[in-house]
Amino acid sequence: MILDVDGVVFAYNSHPVLRNMSFQVRAGELLAILGPNGVGKTTLLKCVNAIHRPRGGAVRVEGRDLLRMAPAEISLAVGYVPQRSEPARLTVFDAVLMGRKPHIRWRTSPRDLSIVDAALKHLGLKPLSLRSIDTLSGGELQKVAIARALVQEPRLLLLDEPTSSLDLKNQMDILSLVRRVVDEHAMAAVMTMHDLNAALRFAHKFLFLKDGAIYAAGDCKDVTAEMVEEVYGLPVEIHQINGRPMVAPLA
Amino acid sequence: MHFANGEVPAEYRRYIGLKVLFIAAVAAALALCLAVSISLGAADVPLKEVVRSLLGYGATRRFELIIWSIRLPQALTAVTAGAGLAAAGAAMQSILRNPLGSPFTLGVSHAAAFGAAFSVMVLGGGVMGSSNVGAVSITSPYATTAAAFAASLLAAGVIIMVSRTRGATPEVMVLTGVALGALFTAGTMFLQFFADDVQLAAMVFWTFGDTARASWPELAVAAAVTAAGCVYFMLHAWSYNAIDAGDETAKGLGVRVERVRVTGMLVASLVTAVIIAFLGVIGFVGLVVPHMVRRVIGSDHRFLLPASILTGGLLLLASDTAARLILAPHVLPVSVITAFMGAPVFIYLIVRGGRR
Repeated sequence: MILDVDGVVFAYNSHPVLRNMSFQVRAGELLAILGPNGVGKTTLLKCVNAIHRPRGGAVRVEGRDLLRMAPAEISLAVGYVPQRSEPARLTVFDAVLMGRKPHIRWRTSPRDLSIVDAALKHLGLKPLSLRSIDTLSGGELQKVAIARALVQEPRLLLLDEPTSSLDLKNQMDILSLVRRVVDEHAMAAVMTMHDLNAALRFAHKFLFLKDGAIYAAGDCKDVTAEMVEEVYGLPVEIHQINGRPMVAPLA
Repeated sequence: MHFANGEVPAEYRRYIGLKVLFIAAVAAALALCLAVSISLGAADVPLKEVVRSLLGYGATRRFELIIWSIRLPQALTAVTAGAGLAAAGAAMQSILRNPLGSPFTLGVSHAAAFGAAFSVMVLGGGVMGSSNVGAVSITSPYATTAAAFAASLLAAGVIIMVSRTRGATPEVMVLTGVALGALFTAGTMFLQFFADDVQLAAMVFWTFGDTARASWPELAVAAAVTAAGCVYFMLHAWSYNAIDAGDETAKGLGVRVERVRVTGMLVASLVTAVIIAFLGVIGFVGLVVPHMVRRVIGSDHRFLLPASILTGGLLLLASDTAARLILAPHVLPVSVITAFMGAPVFIYLIVRGGRR
């Protein structure tokens, strides 16, 4: 077990957002957090790496209590890819090298540089390595953000809507990349998603949030039309196409 | 994670090598400019004598006096002020996520000018001036310096208090800074309205930045604070890079964003306050130098900061030398030269859309 979220509670000021969240993610598992806009998916993700401090409950990564760790320590265990990253005038190589920050005291070591080099090859970014990231497309920028999180060498990868604002091809590329990394490196990964079909296609497990609580959770193949209808308030059908579940709205 | 098939790419090495080369070139230019600046003036000192004297082999007593008690302190003051303002500017532009950020965005200089005016009017700091201008003489320069410094810190303190309650976001800090700038400007105008001719002259004169105001003791204080500030900024180069990539990314990399933002702003204000309290207002170096450097070597703060520090020192030293020579024997205020140079760049940045 890599991630153990145990009874997490969170509120913005006096406005409760998350109630009693509990779930686990094992090595080699990709979990999709699903639910309507504003239900608290991103908030939950931020609680998991202590960017938001939960009001109650515990978050353990490989048995260690995250809420008692310093931010620098957390960043050695958890890689976080936020929804947006700002394009600065920095080369792709340097932007990814930044992910080594938790490991770097003052100077970069040859190992830091070679890990970045390997990650760039792994993600197909090597030809862009000296391009400035403010000249990249949305898909390329997202890959840079993922590469940055990977070179942190975390055990747990958190992705906040990794495919929003990407075209279909880039969505497939990014998600199969995430899936491949999780499989190959035996990491655990949690991502928030809006696109149900993409989520069910690439994730192993799902978590439906409704009204600040977990409505349903399980294997992606066990998602039913009733669950989706209850969570999103929209009647749907689930078809099997080439052995993959496809959610189609009935409205 | 098995990222074992990587190597240290040669092209990246070359790319970094070029940045290091640029920094070395600026450092060499700065050393050269320092020697030239010291040699030029009302009495020309041969360049050879300057170098010999600086290395401790000076022989001619007259030259030694000119170099060590007049030209060198002034030149080093210019270098210190340029370096400190440029470093503070580079850090502020990152912290405030604003290409027009500079040591003055937060109202620090307006506050210092108000403090100086307050000293002249209310504390009876009397009439100030500089060694360069005989018409205005200093009666209590230390009271004026202290008042300017205190007012700058007051401005910084207010911004920190507001950031504490509303969160240390760039918007909160910039808006508070603008409000404080307006407030202190109004305060200065209020004092000026009631000032007599001599006091008014002293207040206006104070705002002209002038590197000749500092002698060795003031230089030592300013240099120590500037050096400490520069070391602080360089130690946080990675954090500024991370903040450039977005607050969330930075937090994910273990950066305590709010803390880095507030302390960075405090250090930048402190460095700026010390420099302007001693020398008066020197604009545009802090704003323009980081942008010039960014254009050449990019916005990686590991290199941007040292390069800005050296370029800032070089630029202010060159302007200061020009200010001494253009209308010799009259000495123009260095802030006038830097502003003449900086304003067009500023406008160009706005026209270009303020993109980094």
